[in-house]
Amino acid sequence: MRGNAFEARVKADGGTELMRLLHERLGGPGEPPREVAVPDLTAAGPEGRAARTALALREATEAGGWALLDHPMLALEVAGSPAYLEPDAVVVHPDGTWTVVEIKSFPMIDGSADAAKVGAAARQSAVYVLALERVAEVTDGARVGHRVLLVCPKDFSNLPAASVVDVRKQRAVTRRQLTRLTRVEEIAAALPEGASFDPERSPEDLETAVESVAAAYAPECLSACELAFHCRSRARAEGAVEALGRGVRGELGGLTTVAGVLAAAAGKEGDPADPAVAALRRAAALRAEALEGRAGCR
Amino acid sequence: MSLINTLARLEAVESGRARPTATVRHRRLTGRPLVLVPLTTAGEAGAPLGALVGTDRDAPRLLAVAQPRDRDLRFAFLAELAEAVLPHIESYADVVEPAERGETDPATGKRVKVETELCVDAAQIVVPSRAGIEFVRLLGRSMRFRRTADDDPDTPYPAPARVPLLGRWLTHYGERARVPGSSLLLACTDLLNRHWATGQSNLEDQHLGALLAWIDPPAGESGAEAALRAELARDAAGQLLCPPAGPATDPDFDNRLLAPAIEKYDRARASLAAAEDGLAADARLAELSGAEREIRALLAGVLRPTWDAVWRGLDLLRELPEGARTEDRWTRDRWSFTAHRDRVRSGEPPQPRRDDAVTAARKLAARETAQAQLEAQEALDDPLVLAGRRLAGEAFIGEVSAVEMAYSESKRPSPRPLVTVRTDERPQLGEGVKIYRSLDGKPQTAQFAGYGPADEEGGAPSLVLRITDRMGRGKEPAPGSVPEPGDRIAWTLFEHDQRGGPQLPDAEETPWTHGGPPGGVEAAELPDPMTPEDLL
Repeated sequence: MRGNAFEARVKADGGTELMRLLHERLGGPGEPPREVAVPDLTAAGPEGRAARTALALREATEAGGWALLDHPMLALEVAGSPAYLEPDAVVVHPDGTWTVVEIKSFPMIDGSADAAKVGAAARQSAVYVLALERVAEVTDGARVGHRVLLVCPKDFSNLPAASVVDVRKQRAVTRRQLTRLTRVEEIAAALPEGASFDPERSPEDLETAVESVAAAYAPECLSACELAFHCRSRARAEGAVEALGRGVRGELGGLTTVAGVLAAAAGKEGDPADPAVAALRRAAALRAEALEGRAGCR
Repeated sequence: MSLINTLARLEAVESGRARPTATVRHRRLTGRPLVLVPLTTAGEAGAPLGALVGTDRDAPRLLAVAQPRDRDLRFAFLAELAEAVLPHIESYADVVEPAERGETDPATGKRVKVETELCVDAAQIVVPSRAGIEFVRLLGRSMRFRRTADDDPDTPYPAPARVPLLGRWLTHYGERARVPGSSLLLACTDLLNRHWATGQSNLEDQHLGALLAWIDPPAGESGAEAALRAELARDAAGQLLCPPAGPATDPDFDNRLLAPAIEKYDRARASLAAAEDGLAADARLAELSGAEREIRALLAGVLRPTWDAVWRGLDLLRELPEGARTEDRWTRDRWSFTAHRDRVRSGEPPQPRRDDAVTAARKLAARETAQAQLEAQEALDDPLVLAGRRLAGEAFIGEVSAVEMAYSESKRPSPRPLVTVRTDERPQLGEGVKIYRSLDGKPQTAQFAGYGPADEEGGAPSLVLRITDRMGRGKEPAPGSVPEPGDRIAWTLFEHDQRGGPQLPDAEETPWTHGGPPGGVEAAELPDPMTPEDLL
């Protein structure tokens, strides 16, 4: 794939090109670094690699030079269980700053790239920054930079171009979300006895197991989750208004089902003193008037 | 999404069919739009794979790139695209009518009228989806700086003639598509979404097949069922019955059908290159063209459903009568088309990579004006859109119950009649707020003068409005310029016409706060350097 070829190209020659870009965008004055340590990070298993990465980071920080960690392994606790993350690269500066490098294959054309893709890269990098902060807390003289280096192909070529992305906002959001996550054990405890999501099981068993879990469907799920179509059909069967978009709920107050909203709009249900119901009735009346062509005026 | 449109969506859920959100068509559709359905290669951001293009729905022209990584084949594709698109554009460039344009005389600084010409109609391009518009921009960007062998004989890999010209035109169309209400380059999904509300979310509405399924479901089927089939149904070979409208393709198509076909083509090409004598070469050439035909057939198979869907969408839109003020916006598109034609003809360089500060500010201001103008014009053209504004308190319809003559207190008193209007709507009025109504297509201004007495049944108090203009020069108002009791009139709190913003300095006088005057325009725009692994 082109993405892998591009990443290999950016990191070639002990990261010369990558360090040049990093120095250009983030470094101080002077020449780009010539002496860059590239520690070996191979170890057995993710725990081993994470420990090896932490050791390499400490050594590099103590050494006080430039170091490039290619595909380090970081651990982060998510909802009470460890998750292992593998950034494309982490660079240790001589002053002890650690910078996350994210290499992406979407092009940066005339200095700007697809905003949605850059946003996704920034959120991804923020998670790496958070995981690195856990290591930095126990390392003397280390701090994690909140500016990450995004490397993309320049224009229509395979040459790299880099841009600095400030991920403080994404980092704060992710940090807050991580503290709010329900722990895996609590989710498991809420499941009925014997529920299993093993893909080896029969479709009927799986169906029952999936049915037993509550889902908060929103259309955004469609681009992220393989169960989205299932949740969508369930939300539609229930007549949930969220199936039309998250924003829809805001205007409808306490009305949550399609049938309920339409009945309120038609004047069959609902309290006319409720502002949401009153607005709906006015909307329905105005819409009907316009559609029937009764709004005739000059 | 406004409440009234949410309601339309809910109605659509209940009835199983899309519901109208407009009673007239708010965009111009020319008699002969050029439809372009592009496809890109997965994993090769932006590399074109193929396209269907043409103005005749029964005879689209198929363009295909058998090996998207091959620069020569890509250039051949772009050259062929130029052959398909440029004649369409140029056929409109020479049909002109005389027109006048206001210009500032550089010698005196006064506004003067200049005789000029305006294209009678402009070439329109329709793509399936918003991603298609982005792809048109990308194509424009990649082509407009290319050098042909004529421009520069020493350039490596010269681009085919006319490719840079196509790049400039596509850039112009892509840029114009960002102006609200413009109809030069349209996305079929945007057009349909403007006029109908489906029973699904905005996100799902980007799927052209599902959208059409809601608007015009097959007989005996609900929109939701038909849309689900458009999204998910696959044939016996595991291919989507309704392929994505592009430019991205379905991964199952890429992996199961396209990748093996391209591999076969590559092998045939390699063996042709290795052929030792003429006889063997002939046989292998036949194999190569067979492999190429296969790829073309595959691409035609996934492009054709989208092509037909776009035309079906256009048919549905043509059933709506055109909004009265659409013509006005289309005239602006024609001016934009004519101006770009003139820039190309006078040999100006291609559009720069990044606009200078003044140009950027000007574009932004123009888009803001166009947005406000579009909102006002749509509301005036369409009672259903006006209903949304009425619900928001930005407009109201009322019946005139009394008119009292009054005069201004100046030396030459002019008529300032007070009109009492009864309405049960709740416009957001305050003392002195200006309101407008349309009088023979021109806006007439009035001022809110206060509330009148409440009516006998205890309803909302009536509104007293003071008319302030368009009543002629005389002491008595011109006939028909003052409402009469019994008239039902739509009043708006927003202006009907948008005035442009403040003047901006010339580019040469850009202040230092905005980067100073742009320097070295000539040197700045060199063509992109060629590398062995270019994408586009």
